[in-house]
Amino acid sequence: MTELSKSGAAVGEPVKDSPAPSAFLEVRDLKVHFPTDDGLVKSVDGLSFTLEKGKTLGIVGESGSGKSVTSLGIMGLHTAGQYGKRKAQISGEIWLDGTELLTADPDHVRKLRGREMAMIFQDPLSALHPYYTIGQQIVEAYRIHHKVDKKTARRRAVEMLDRVGIPQPDKRVDSYPHEFSGGMRQRAMIAMSLVNNPELLIADEPTTALDVTVQAQILDLIRDLQKEFGSAVIVITHDLGVVAELSDDILVMYGGRCIERGPAEKVFYEPKHPYTWGLLGSMPRLDREQTERLIPVKGSPPSLINLPTGCAFNPRCSYADVPKDNVTRTVRPELAQVGSQHWAACHMTPEQRERIWTEEIAPKL
Amino acid sequence: MANSAQREGVAAGATLNRDAAPGETLLKVTGLQKHFPIRKGLLQRQVGAVRAVDGLDFEVKSGETLGVVGESGCGKSTMGRLITRLLEPTAGKVEFEGKDITHLGVGAMRPMRRDVQMIFQDPYSSLNPRHTIGTIISAPFKLQGVTPEGGVKKEVQRLLSVVGLNPEHYNRYPHEFSGGQRQRIGIARALALNPKMVVADEPVSALDVSIQAQVVNLLDDLQQELGLTYVIIAHDLSVVRHVSDRIAVMYLGKIVELADRDSLYKAPMHPYTKALMSAVPIPDPRRKSAKSERILLQGDVPSPIAPPSGCRFHTRCWKATQICTTTEPPLLELKPGQQVACHHPENFEDQAPQDTVLLTVAKQAAELVADEVLAESAATSAAVAAEVAATPAETPTASPAATAPEDEAPAKEK
Repeated sequence: MTELSKSGAAVGEPVKDSPAPSAFLEVRDLKVHFPTDDGLVKSVDGLSFTLEKGKTLGIVGESGSGKSVTSLGIMGLHTAGQYGKRKAQISGEIWLDGTELLTADPDHVRKLRGREMAMIFQDPLSALHPYYTIGQQIVEAYRIHHKVDKKTARRRAVEMLDRVGIPQPDKRVDSYPHEFSGGMRQRAMIAMSLVNNPELLIADEPTTALDVTVQAQILDLIRDLQKEFGSAVIVITHDLGVVAELSDDILVMYGGRCIERGPAEKVFYEPKHPYTWGLLGSMPRLDREQTERLIPVKGSPPSLINLPTGCAFNPRCSYADVPKDNVTRTVRPELAQVGSQHWAACHMTPEQRERIWTEEIAPKL
Repeated sequence: MANSAQREGVAAGATLNRDAAPGETLLKVTGLQKHFPIRKGLLQRQVGAVRAVDGLDFEVKSGETLGVVGESGCGKSTMGRLITRLLEPTAGKVEFEGKDITHLGVGAMRPMRRDVQMIFQDPYSSLNPRHTIGTIISAPFKLQGVTPEGGVKKEVQRLLSVVGLNPEHYNRYPHEFSGGQRQRIGIARALALNPKMVVADEPVSALDVSIQAQVVNLLDDLQQELGLTYVIIAHDLSVVRHVSDRIAVMYLGKIVELADRDSLYKAPMHPYTKALMSAVPIPDPRRKSAKSERILLQGDVPSPIAPPSGCRFHTRCWKATQICTTTEPPLLELKPGQQVACHHPENFEDQAPQDTVLLTVAKQAAELVADEVLAESAATSAAVAAEVAATPAETPTASPAATAPEDEAPAKEK
């Protein structure tokens, strides 16, 4: 776990030429920028984190905060030439089990993709191919990485469908995606991503398109499968409930940067960044007594082309006017350790934040 | 219908004289049905029907907020479109302020449109991209032939500031606004004619959490200032709890439970309500291990083309018995302010106590429910039964005819 603190401090420090980390997955100063007619969109702008096997990292943030871009970046899906000449500009380092993915040979990354790292997408209907049966698609995913005949692969597909709880898997393996319901499609996609026993599983909004009862089924499934396979899991979502259910660690993103990171319990009970306070206050909760009013975050998310100078959250922050020592507003706050395994990027002093949290925010939640 | 008088009333921004006082019934729905025909073949013969809404009875009182929850495909949006008469009901009756509007034509509906407005789910597709927001918000005035006091432009700017937008943005186009701002434009348009009832179909589900809270608070403020009546349709149970006074839970085209907010969330009586509420992920990492409280439902919602016989939930319910497959439970007011349609309600006395043999599906479903939940539910039901037994006057005890399940339902009528 010392790796965590190392990477936390590593933000902004020169990280090139540093040795391969011992963590299973380590992302260092990842930047993903997209050139457009209107300017450079800095979707992810200096993100670092680590993840161990068997652990779950939850990435939360609003739309446009760079969550999905991060996940596609790790999977190496940005460089595919779909942008024509305007490729995404990616820099930083992504270490997966001792291999640096950004500088690695694309053929090598292709071998890892699907086998070592797999992804569950948000919308199963558009992620599954409508012309092929569920079975064919799972068999394809399996045979790309394993030299087996079709029969064995099919048996494996049936086994996986059974494992993710699809009834009569030997019959449903020959169904097309449109014959499945939303929850079953998501199960089929989970089966497909797990068919090669990947060590890193990225779930990008895995339950957003699903009903709450089906969501509960899928969350249970992801949790059980993780226990069984011991994979590292990254869950990307905007739903704090989902993160709380699944994650060991939480990373809060805002404007393409991490503004707070720490163990789930710390982030929920002792959050140190005003934006995290805002997220917690905006959310109506079933487990608490009814509050009179929600405490929203004012304003709307920033444009990623013209991020506010200094702290990107500054224009929306209710505590932007709290006097800060020796800091000008135009300086961007870096992640600083605020507790064990817990980092936040805010100019306020720990005492100021402690006071505001205990006196003003926590009683209202 | 004194149209001219009404126009003046609206123009003055004043409320009309036929206003329902707070607490009076504003909207009454009885036996409402909507079946969408399925046609096949060369002659387009009807071969079946999607029974999207299949018999709803409820009332909306003036000044209150009725929340409607349910999974996708349960008919909640169809219900919203029926009560605003964007769809024509197959059967049943919709009364607004005592006036039957079930089969009014487009022209006859027009004066009513002033009083019933709708906020749509997707702020991207519900605003015309080629119109400025000034044109969008002033469209209701034009359509109704109303000239507000001080002119249309001034009124539109007032509405913009009411919903928290800058009045100077009158001439901008929808694409220049973010999702939350667009939803505010939709709300301003719905409020333009000073409606009595606003039907909001998933008003916040397309928005980010922080923006969602802004819009929820805005709806709250507007209700207090303008005395609006809301029907809010949503799938998010925590949002619905936050905004509603009463809540209707729908399953496959039917209301299975209709209750005050607090009773519903404290002691849900329909097993489906209970399962739905337990499925909501709680944003509290300390409860991660408390997985056992969750009731997992098997499989998916059955098809509304051929809904299950009897109680529609019996295929997924862990308490289902023989009677559930044969007799449809009526929506009864078992507790004051809490109507339930169930033979074996939770947190209450069993309505069909003689029928104890669980169906096979129910046994399978019960395996997914933790023992503690079952034990707790049995204990509360027994406690309520004892309580009811102590006051025999009210006891709807099982009649001798109870052995015949078909006779059971009428016997339960209080």
